[in-house]
Amino acid sequence: MTGSRLPDGGTGIDRGDPRAFDFEGTVVSGFAGDTVASALLANGIDVVGRSIYHDRPRGVFSAGPEEPNALVQVRWASGISEPMLPATTVPVEDVLEVRNLAGRGRLEPAEPGTDTGRFDARYAPCEVRVIGAGVSGRRAASNARTADPGARVLLIDSDPAAAGDEVRRGMTALGIYDHGYVTAVERCPAPATEGRLWHIRAGRIVIATGATERPIIFADDDRPGVMLAGAAATYVERYGVRPGERAVIFTNNDTTDAVTATLRGAGTEVVAIVDARRGDLIVGTMGDDAGRLTGIRITRAHGRPDAGADGDDPETIEADLLLVSGGWNPNVALWAHARGTLRFDERIAAFVPDRAGPHGRIEVVGAAAGEVEGLGDIGPTWVVPPPGPATDAAWSTHYVDLGRDSTVQDLQRALGAGLESIEHVKRYTTIGTGIDQGRTSGVVTSAIAAAILGQDVGAIGVPTFRPPTVPVSFAQLAARNRGALADPIRVTPSHPWHEANGAVFEDVGQWKRPHHFPQAGESVDDAVLRECRAARTSVAMMDATTLGKIDLQGPDVGAFLDRVYTNTFSSLKVGSCRYGLMCRADGMVFDDGVTSRLADDRFHMTTTTGNAAAVLDHLEEWLQTEWPDLRVHATSVTEQWATVAVVGPRSRDVVAALAPSLDVSDAAFPFMTWRDAVIAGTLGRAFRISFSGELAYELNVPTWHGLALWEAVLAAGATFGITPYGTQAMHVLRAEKGYPIIGQETDGTVTPQDLGMAWAVSTKKDFIGRRSHRRLDAQRPDRKQLVGLLPTDPRIVLPEGTQLVAPDADLRVTPVPMLGHVTSSYDSAALGRSFALALVKGGRERIGQTVLAPLIDRVVEAVIADSVLFDPENRRRDGEPQP
Amino acid sequence: MTDSGLRARSPLEGATLAIDSTSTLGIRELPFLVQVGLRADPADEPLMSRLTTVLGARPPTDPNTTSISEDGTNQVLWLGPDEWLVLGEPGTAGALESKLRSALDAAAGAVVDLSANRTAISVSGPRARESLAFGCAIDLEPPAFGPGRCAQTLLARANVIIVPVGPADEPAFRILVRPSFAGYLATWLVDAAVGLD
Repeated sequence: MTGSRLPDGGTGIDRGDPRAFDFEGTVVSGFAGDTVASALLANGIDVVGRSIYHDRPRGVFSAGPEEPNALVQVRWASGISEPMLPATTVPVEDVLEVRNLAGRGRLEPAEPGTDTGRFDARYAPCEVRVIGAGVSGRRAASNARTADPGARVLLIDSDPAAAGDEVRRGMTALGIYDHGYVTAVERCPAPATEGRLWHIRAGRIVIATGATERPIIFADDDRPGVMLAGAAATYVERYGVRPGERAVIFTNNDTTDAVTATLRGAGTEVVAIVDARRGDLIVGTMGDDAGRLTGIRITRAHGRPDAGADGDDPETIEADLLLVSGGWNPNVALWAHARGTLRFDERIAAFVPDRAGPHGRIEVVGAAAGEVEGLGDIGPTWVVPPPGPATDAAWSTHYVDLGRDSTVQDLQRALGAGLESIEHVKRYTTIGTGIDQGRTSGVVTSAIAAAILGQDVGAIGVPTFRPPTVPVSFAQLAARNRGALADPIRVTPSHPWHEANGAVFEDVGQWKRPHHFPQAGESVDDAVLRECRAARTSVAMMDATTLGKIDLQGPDVGAFLDRVYTNTFSSLKVGSCRYGLMCRADGMVFDDGVTSRLADDRFHMTTTTGNAAAVLDHLEEWLQTEWPDLRVHATSVTEQWATVAVVGPRSRDVVAALAPSLDVSDAAFPFMTWRDAVIAGTLGRAFRISFSGELAYELNVPTWHGLALWEAVLAAGATFGITPYGTQAMHVLRAEKGYPIIGQETDGTVTPQDLGMAWAVSTKKDFIGRRSHRRLDAQRPDRKQLVGLLPTDPRIVLPEGTQLVAPDADLRVTPVPMLGHVTSSYDSAALGRSFALALVKGGRERIGQTVLAPLIDRVVEAVIADSVLFDPENRRRDGEPQP
Repeated sequence: MTDSGLRARSPLEGATLAIDSTSTLGIRELPFLVQVGLRADPADEPLMSRLTTVLGARPPTDPNTTSISEDGTNQVLWLGPDEWLVLGEPGTAGALESKLRSALDAAAGAVVDLSANRTAISVSGPRARESLAFGCAIDLEPPAFGPGRCAQTLLARANVIIVPVGPADEPAFRILVRPSFAGYLATWLVDAAVGLD
């Protein structure tokens, strides 16, 4: 094929606006409005790539998204490289560089700072959505606008140069889902934006996506120079490109009549029209050294005047262009996404939407509905047998899916292997799995399979259509959820102070929490030891704002809490606090926290940071589905209150200085009580609760005072050298006391009894999970129980997660029976040594025994201990014990 | 906001919210808005009428609608069949909370000060609706959504309550968002303006 630019014409190009791009090292010139494919053809480049498996030369086959051959890697003008794009849909205006792919795209690793393309997403509700701005689509949009001038009618077309008014161009529908939900992708919707993913909710959808031409399959039907007939007319009319000089047309319908006229008008010599309906067939092609089409072999029907002496003896015609039309397939993918059914319409020899479908809000019009204009009486020709003996190998160049290099031989193998479902045939042969999704090969495959199996095409059907209709890049799907916006970063009001003072943060869910506050030259371990020492010997402070908080009001809150906590809350006095454990119905620990009684009918619950939302959901679920009779209202107040924990033997002095009107004496404000308090002039609440075993307070003020409270505590504590600490020191301090962290010591398989917290489980009342505690399995003596663990070498901090085995275990025989694992492990300033918490089978019975912790490079001995390793008598919770 | 010694700092104090000088899109924080959560049985007519007296507006029972007191100080947002959020002028939280609590009387319900639990961001101007449409799945146009309506939904990846306040041709929206998400949402809103076409 020798393509060339015509001296004039081309409705879609602007000859006054020349453009150029690099194709495999050659500068290719074109005009604004060209696609990469039309520019390549205009420059006489007929071999645009090689096929994926068979390495055969291939040329441009189509003029649209159905292109199976001319797949290219494109570097856009923005610098972004994108693989696997059909050259037939890529506008030259936006392109710097094009490479052919041999079917294999690659994601180029982004060099730092180069991956800057902006992609976004947008929602668009509308009353009527029309997909496809051809004649039928424009008519449907116009009718909808006339019927309801106020209606939002969104008419889209994937073609950036689609005709008509009020058309959103360059926007391709990707899929239709339930309830009128349509996704679409748009290129360059705004000056700074590479692409946009549209989420459209439409009251009514009109599918006007037209039809796609399909080929007829014959030997060596894949050469550069073989093209869909309609595509050739498009290149002439739209792009002013003559795709070849000597053309043969192979058809089974009347749509090629207009193509013939168009090509002749463009100066192409149409040397033969091979009409399968007359019994004339193309049985093969010939090519030059590069594989390009040079000639065509034809058999004429017996008995015709122009047939040769022997009708089976092929006649040869020289040509550089072979235009094929095997009919037109309505573009029904979007209809099928919405579970619209299809039926085979013999009238047009194609699958059409079954109008008996259940989709009142979705309508299909025009060619997509089977109204293909100019088709005439289509002949039933799908495939031409090989000229010689029809052995399997003789079918090996009958390419059905050019994009997958799949042939009729592959199809025969699939059917020969016993596959009958077209879904299985698709997967066995890979026909229809390329990026064009079988647009030109799918129905042909069904027809050939039907012929081989002796069934109707309609009975065979076509494989399921699934979104997206065209490839979409991951960058486009991610849209703006990248970098700083990848996921919300939640911060507390004191965050600016933490940042300014060198906090090292850790992610807790979406929260950023200070992990530790290193001083100059300090390691993590040094910082944590210093922070812990301050809390045990003087005073320290922590930002506890992230704790979940739930306000509970109503006369039945006490009764409700008795059911959701394992222990009793209805007896709690106003002004007091109680630690509570919550289980799920399976009896496993779900959450814990301190809940305080604010009034007879009002409680303030706290939850773990990570479980705040889950606990509120849990409460609502039980209230709404099981106990709607209980008069309880739950409201999240997590972010109403900023919380600062003031911890250590000098914490009372600090709180006294901050809240002079609050009687902080142990008698007036004992452990596990709370008080309204004016804190640094602001009304808030002070709770005397402790997660460290030390004398401690948690001060709450409305969130917008949070930073000022933090700074006020810091100032009030300055004389005592108050030390801010992070989550790591908090973990160490509580572990020294054997307090579990839900989600660290527990994993959804741990009961309160396993944690050694039977004291918090009532035997007198029912609660969620109680019945599960009676299961035999929940009472096995060899369940894993929470214990302390002291490495024999006090300098060794065991990695968390370390497996524990018996001291006499033979480590050479795997699997080694496992006794348990380390859940938390730290160095301790207070203990002057390392320690760990562990879940160990029958652990409490093993206290004092030695276990082994096999690490990668050594085996460490450790002794099982009580889980409470520091101040087991709780002598420190009211302050420094008097000697 | 209470009279107090601790300085109040709104979640977006000091944040960069200006977009450009064309004023087609304005983003600013409305700090310290009073918000009081209210739970009550809408079928308890005496209770509803007591609440109406206190609020100057009857708590709406149509889903996702609001009512406004005659003097314009209180706006009551429907959040659920027995749940409302009352918006009021800065500084009135304590008084509003105690009056509502008195109105509840012996009825089972709840009143809780949530003023600091969310901050408000105002997004206004001819491009306001378009900029929100980058991250909000609901139909933001009248008649589906205009003054008198409200919605609990997602904006980008943050839970928000959206309250339209402006007329159709000059849209303005109040976005109520939890303070921990405010910085994220402000960054997202400012970034969204880049994609306006």
